[in-house]
Amino acid sequence: MDEALLRSLTPSVLGILVRRGADFAAAEDAVQDALVEAVRVWPEDRPRDPKGWLVTVAWRRFLDATRADAARRRREDRVDEEPPPGPASCLDDTLQLYFLCAHPSLTPSSAVALTLRAVGGLTTRQIAQAYLVPEATMAQRISRAKRTVSGVRLDRPGDVATVLRVLYLVFNEGYSGDVDLAAEAIRLTRQLAAAIDHPEVAGLLALMLLHHARRAARTAPDGSLVPLAEQDRGRWDTSSIAEGIAILQAALARDRLGEFQAQAAIAALHADAPTAEETDWVQIVEWYDELTRLTDSPVVLLNRAVAVGEADGPRAGLAALAPLDPALPRHTAVAAYLHERDGDLPTAARLYAEAARKAPNLAERDYLTRQAARLNTSLRP
Amino acid sequence: MAKYLLLKHYRGAPAPVNDVPMDQWTPEEISAHMQYMRDFATRLEKTGEFVDGQAVAPEGTWVRYDGEGRPPVTDGPFAETKDLIAGWMVIDVDSYERAVELAGDLSAAPGAGGKPIHEWLELRPFLAGPPPLAE
Repeated sequence: MDEALLRSLTPSVLGILVRRGADFAAAEDAVQDALVEAVRVWPEDRPRDPKGWLVTVAWRRFLDATRADAARRRREDRVDEEPPPGPASCLDDTLQLYFLCAHPSLTPSSAVALTLRAVGGLTTRQIAQAYLVPEATMAQRISRAKRTVSGVRLDRPGDVATVLRVLYLVFNEGYSGDVDLAAEAIRLTRQLAAAIDHPEVAGLLALMLLHHARRAARTAPDGSLVPLAEQDRGRWDTSSIAEGIAILQAALARDRLGEFQAQAAIAALHADAPTAEETDWVQIVEWYDELTRLTDSPVVLLNRAVAVGEADGPRAGLAALAPLDPALPRHTAVAAYLHERDGDLPTAARLYAEAARKAPNLAERDYLTRQAARLNTSLRP
Repeated sequence: MAKYLLLKHYRGAPAPVNDVPMDQWTPEEISAHMQYMRDFATRLEKTGEFVDGQAVAPEGTWVRYDGEGRPPVTDGPFAETKDLIAGWMVIDVDSYERAVELAGDLSAAPGAGGKPIHEWLELRPFLAGPPPLAE
């Protein structure tokens, strides 16, 4: 498919322009123009060397734009001659782009937008639709982001953790409009994993694959949420699970554990269980303990309380919940669940209704309201 | 065409006829309600009258400017706030009559016992820019 090919070529084409001396912001605009041109021309007349075609067209666009800018006539002289490509490989170009687009000077939303456009090859319109903002707003966000990083040199490796955080944010946005951001995040993480050998990159890729495998089972036909325990496991994507587990095992064998590998290990244990009842909760609790050592995130402790409730019974789960701040997101929902498992249905119903009022999104609110309704219905004489 | 804002309230609207909180319905009644709301939005998209719809959380914060160099003052949420918006839908329709008709349809969404809620919705016309032919 041409769009997939185009998008996979985007970062290396951009990298070549930058290496030839184009500044990042102008090169990025030129590559976008070339992509739009390719979408128009390729269906009629597909080039034999798609990447060479893109480089040529993007370079010409860049020169045109530079020439058109009379105030920059002196720079035009410098770049008019097409210089030979530099020594760096395509993979290095791609990797440097990831670092640049996730640069710590960018806000998270800017880093996400810039990554999707410059590395992912999405158009501004597609990114705007995916994030439900006007196209003009997204165009401004991207051009400000490009200005922010325009002085950054592309010659030193950046921090992989910042790139992973950006990709994780993209994945979590999920699906809205005609762009599947979860699938795009997987594609970009896969491309990153090919460019750099790092166990946490592999860990994040495994985590995404294992979660994505459950997507079809996660929502009912009417759009409502289906919790893990009630999902039809026959609808899980087994090839995605197998790939995620293989990637995770190879990463764990390196013995450099990190947060994403530990999260992926938990997802893998869920994926391994043929039924919800056969889930190895004891091992899941052990992985949460591991995660607690790696991060001091209270959200991890909240999820751990759920796992403890399954491994050692709801009373143990409630005991694990007790020291946590009740203001934590989803704390009330977890308390409701554990009280229901403990047989205290009136308390559980009250807490589910309260959790619904505090829910961070409509799908969860609807789910929690239904839980309250289900218990209240069963409690009626 | 004229744009109207349809406002749904957590608090502040007169009590609906079928006034039972949603967590006291049966799960099937909730499903029927959700389906009705989805169908309503889909129908308006098909007729070309839908513009936007969003829901907002019940708890928010009051914020005001506190002078040069000082951070804004925040306060609330106030439990006694009388008027609490739950969400809105923006529609673009040919007439006031059509806007009233659609608001009536939305208010007929089923609630407890599968019967219409008869919820009061607030219909507010947008103040648009001056039309070019009015000069």
